[in-house]
Amino acid sequence: MTEMSGADMVVQALVDLGVDTVFGYPGGAVLPIYDALFNHPQIKHILVRHEQAATHAAEGYARATGKPGVVLVTSGPGATNAVTGITDALLDSIPMVVLTGQVPTNLIGTDAFQECDTVGITRHCTKHNYLVMDPDRLGPVIHEAFFIATHGRPGPVVVDIPKNVQVATGSYTVPERIEHKSYRPQIEPDADPIAKAIALIAAAERPVFYSGGGVINAGPDASAALRQLVALTGAPITSTLMGLGAFPSDDPKWLGMLGMHGTYEANMAMNRADLIIAVGARFDDRVTGRLDAFAPEAKKIHIDIDRSSINKIVPVDIAIVGDAGRALDALIAAWQDRGHQARDLGEWWRRIDGWRATRCLDFPEKTEASAEIMPQRAIKALFDATRGRDPIITTEVGQHQMWAAQHFGFSAPNRWLTSGGLGTMGYGFPAAVGAQIAKPDRLVVCVAGEASLQMNIQEMGTVSQYRLPVKIFILNNEYMGMVRQWQELTYESRYSNSYSDSLPDFVKLADAYGWTGLRIDTLGELEDGIRTMIDTPGPVIVDCRVAKLANCFPMIPSGAAHTDMILQPSDVIGTMDDEAKALV
Amino acid sequence: MKIQTEAGERHVLAVTVDNESGILAKITGMFSARGYNIESLTVADISADHAVSRITIVTSGPPAVIDQIIAQLDRLVPVHSVTDLTDQGAHVEREIALVKVAGTGDKRIEALRMADVFRAKVVDTTLTSFIFEITGSSDKVDRFVALMRECGLVEVGRTGVVAIARGAEAV
Repeated sequence: MTEMSGADMVVQALVDLGVDTVFGYPGGAVLPIYDALFNHPQIKHILVRHEQAATHAAEGYARATGKPGVVLVTSGPGATNAVTGITDALLDSIPMVVLTGQVPTNLIGTDAFQECDTVGITRHCTKHNYLVMDPDRLGPVIHEAFFIATHGRPGPVVVDIPKNVQVATGSYTVPERIEHKSYRPQIEPDADPIAKAIALIAAAERPVFYSGGGVINAGPDASAALRQLVALTGAPITSTLMGLGAFPSDDPKWLGMLGMHGTYEANMAMNRADLIIAVGARFDDRVTGRLDAFAPEAKKIHIDIDRSSINKIVPVDIAIVGDAGRALDALIAAWQDRGHQARDLGEWWRRIDGWRATRCLDFPEKTEASAEIMPQRAIKALFDATRGRDPIITTEVGQHQMWAAQHFGFSAPNRWLTSGGLGTMGYGFPAAVGAQIAKPDRLVVCVAGEASLQMNIQEMGTVSQYRLPVKIFILNNEYMGMVRQWQELTYESRYSNSYSDSLPDFVKLADAYGWTGLRIDTLGELEDGIRTMIDTPGPVIVDCRVAKLANCFPMIPSGAAHTDMILQPSDVIGTMDDEAKALV
Repeated sequence: MKIQTEAGERHVLAVTVDNESGILAKITGMFSARGYNIESLTVADISADHAVSRITIVTSGPPAVIDQIIAQLDRLVPVHSVTDLTDQGAHVEREIALVKVAGTGDKRIEALRMADVFRAKVVDTTLTSFIFEITGSSDKVDRFVALMRECGLVEVGRTGVVAIARGAEAV
């Protein structure tokens, strides 16, 4: 127990918790904490250009490392600007602690300058939040906040600290055992559902694994366990957008991503399976398609650390509540204890090979050097050029994100950072900043659309300031491409406000910020351009001009079943009815 | 296009929570954010050290939604326990209402006679009004209030339901 100011306690707690990096932006109500940081060089503060970017950078840091991301912002607009990133972290289960300054306690509720009800505003977009009114509570609360952000299903936690609590002195205490009096997430799975699950897996004729972000969140050991269980059972595996990287994409058992822009083989396997083993995935509407037609023949096993994810959307036969890695370990142990051998799944694999023969990710393209670049080709070229360099790929949100998910192969977790649940345009670039801070020696590429990138493009200044070698690879089709694609499919190509008018010259913009800027116009320039991007030290922005009207297929239109995929543009017929239009 | 809604059944949930600022907003906000019904909600601190509050929520929904409501409540960090009293079986439900009736003559006499039948107590009287206190199930209170509408009802205040399971076991 040591007497110190609240601001010093905040910084001391961060040091004690092993925090090395804070993403933030100063302001009146956090000046005491910023002053305390000034005296603690062991914590690196990354000054962003907008608080939303601080939260996404913290998410990028968290996803690349598995450690919680930490954000420090001021009251009022500082806190409200952080809300989008906090919500993004909630939907994608990213551990994050956001420290917000607040007006002094005697001014709370008086509409003071830069006052907002931060705990009220963030109550439903955080896993938990606190308003600390007493400096003696700061130590225990900050330690508890990190515990809650990282235990059970990870998520964002906000700690709102009035300015006079930062200035006042009190006793800094570290709780002896960091735990919460009522929050006790189940980590170890129960034995009974494990035993039932393994019997089902051993007996299944058409099993498929469906893994999600929960496997990534459970750490690299969980990914290793997933690979082992898939190898033992010989079953095919698909994954959600959030789960990419947990299973290597070059393995013959990999079916590709499932869902709205998933592969034909993944979605058909889900539809025809007799057993689905969902691991750390939550049956999102982007995955299931039309619910009454979802996996009609399958029994379902669902492993999730959050009991409320189970039976929320799809009723399941066996619920396993617990950490994905522990549950996979338990399944492997049960499989081996019972001496199970992989069944002959030859007939099932023959059917899958039939679906694979559709070659659903193929796309029409011209091959001469002067041809326009198909966006899919640009992603494939980026993948080929970065093989063996173990890159970290972040994305913005839209067509380019789906093309990256489809055509970039991942072989390890924590290499694919994308906004899945909230679908936040403006996520990818600051996330790349956070990932690059966490992994300074790695190649970090933000695959962007020209529209999304502009939502946080001010972070070019942050990159310049910290000399981060972040690469931005823009698939520039001069449209909010996914919006345009939906308008084409749903609204008879009335492109209402989806054209990216008045774009900046990205090469000149790069120059203005002291970056390197490149433009790629034709297929003949693509490989050299990507090579130059990788080989150029420091930050690079690549304006890669791609086919303007290319659409992302395969696609399950909203309201359709897995079996009703649109595989190519010529499959598009008619317009949607109101029921389909009303779905997101 | 018409928006469909599903019919549901009534459930009484007993929820124990940390007695901390914002907890009621967290719970009611979760209900509104996820589109669940609240028919009534009562809350009071119940522990000697004022650390724990008990919230009784009457909600309705199809069985899958009730399961989901319980799971969503249970995952909130400050929630200690969630018990579905309806699902658990026999329980006692009580509500208090204060019912003000104004009038003179026959209606006033009739109101007093009805109150006697319902075992409502007179807790305030003037020459032209009564305030009755009635305790019972929500149904009983509903029926009493409906009768009082014919006898000069001017104001009603109700507490909402508190409930507890029968038998020696505690939640």
